[in-house]
Amino acid sequence: MSDAARPPAFNESDLKPSIQIEGLSVRYRVPREKVSGIKELAIRWAQRRLEHIDFWALREVSLDVQRGEVFGIIGHNGAGKSTLLKVVAGLLHPTEGRVVVRGRVAPLLDLGAGFHPELTGRENVYLFGTLLGMSRREVDQRFESIVDFADLWDFVDAPLRTFSTGMTARLGFAVATCRLADILLVDEVLAVGDVHFQEKCLERMDAFRERGATILFVTHALENAKEICNRAVWLSEGRVMDIGPARHVVDQYIKG
Amino acid sequence: MDQTPVYDSATRPSPFVEEFLVLIRYRDLIFQLISRSIKTRYKRSLLGVAWTMINPLLTMGVLTLVFSSIFKYPGREYALYVLSGLLIWNFVAQSTTAAMGELIWSGGLIGRVFVPKAAFAVSAIGTGLVNLFLSLGAYMLIALILGARIHASVFFLPVPIFIASLFALGVGLALSSVVIYFADVMPMYEVLLTAWLYLTPVIYPLDLVPEGVKVFLYLNPLYYLVDAFRTPLLDGRLPDLSTIVIGFLIACLSLLLGWWIFTRKAREYAYNV
Repeated sequence: MSDAARPPAFNESDLKPSIQIEGLSVRYRVPREKVSGIKELAIRWAQRRLEHIDFWALREVSLDVQRGEVFGIIGHNGAGKSTLLKVVAGLLHPTEGRVVVRGRVAPLLDLGAGFHPELTGRENVYLFGTLLGMSRREVDQRFESIVDFADLWDFVDAPLRTFSTGMTARLGFAVATCRLADILLVDEVLAVGDVHFQEKCLERMDAFRERGATILFVTHALENAKEICNRAVWLSEGRVMDIGPARHVVDQYIKG
Repeated sequence: MDQTPVYDSATRPSPFVEEFLVLIRYRDLIFQLISRSIKTRYKRSLLGVAWTMINPLLTMGVLTLVFSSIFKYPGREYALYVLSGLLIWNFVAQSTTAAMGELIWSGGLIGRVFVPKAAFAVSAIGTGLVNLFLSLGAYMLIALILGARIHASVFFLPVPIFIASLFALGVGLALSSVVIYFADVMPMYEVLLTAWLYLTPVIYPLDLVPEGVKVFLYLNPLYYLVDAFRTPLLDGRLPDLSTIVIGFLIACLSLLLGWWIFTRKAREYAYNV
């Protein structure tokens, strides 16, 4: 990986937090009733009866994640964990507040969404790589290391529909982590694949951390979070319940 | 080495500008999407790419059989007239429909990864262009078989094709921004396309249209696009300057409007797919 040879440039932005979140609120607007067609919509619009339910996925969340930190996000389903990751990834725009992200982001969210079953493994690597913002040349340069890591040389020219779920996940992880990123967004991807592959994933995340990358980590595996994360935030119904050293926050969460 | 990128939600440019900048950065993605569409379309079919040409050819055959007797046009001339019109018509109709389909296909994707959403419409137009050039090849072949001459004016074709692409991109973007909220738009647009085809002189000759009705044809943007494409291909001369200018202005307007409609809501799509 050519990026690894990058000299440790030390500039002012290294001192500022990797991820800075100030008063972040995100609102989802859902129609009160399901409007099934244009006709119904037109009638309702004319009658001014189009009502929305405002659902706040995140409310006044403020936190800083320092460079090189492994930061956990815990909470029940629907607490806003994934929304938080998506705002950091630039996918969702804050309804209120501000998000500043310093560095290149690699998302490890539900991999395989960008794959096409009829294309071969090779073609999918290029498609997925460019979907993640790489240029064709960047994928060219990393192609071998991607297939090496995914351990899929025997299948690289077979259509993806012949791949198992685990193989697809391996390929996705390999593409997403093939170039050095400053910030990794991890959304429970480690649940797929066999034990051997999970170990490889953890190793690679370690390698990222050793190079000073920041890792934002959504997890339900609380013991895991205690071990891996430096600090953590506990979200409930979009609000910050607690924030601090991972051990402490996880204990609070279990009690609460 | 490039500087550390900084993403600040408070200093993002307006979506109208930002979408364009991101699209440039993701240009390789557009080519990958085009190659994906071409490859997957033909991967499991026996005749493969040939379908691009067979489809308009069969339509041409049927229409010629039925209409050349009704319109009292010589079969050969009518066949090429219909075929040339169908090529550009199919390009606009299919690529605008595909723009909607691509965005819907990507639904799971734009909720998960950050991508320029306009890339899907752009790649749909790109795929349409590849198909158009393939079927142009088929047209030339048919023309030669039927004993017609290929004129030097075909080298002018990139101009009307470029204009048609701008127009189709604008329409495609506007449609895709609506289809995210209402899936009904897709079947509605298909009905509209059928009507639109009959309002455009594609399968009937222009000189059969009564003077009083022609005025309405001039209100149809596709009239200019079809004419600018067909004249150099079929008649061996350049289209009127006014046709090109009007067509170009309409296309620019369509693109600007479509881009504005599309990017205005672009930041909300991830919530709605």
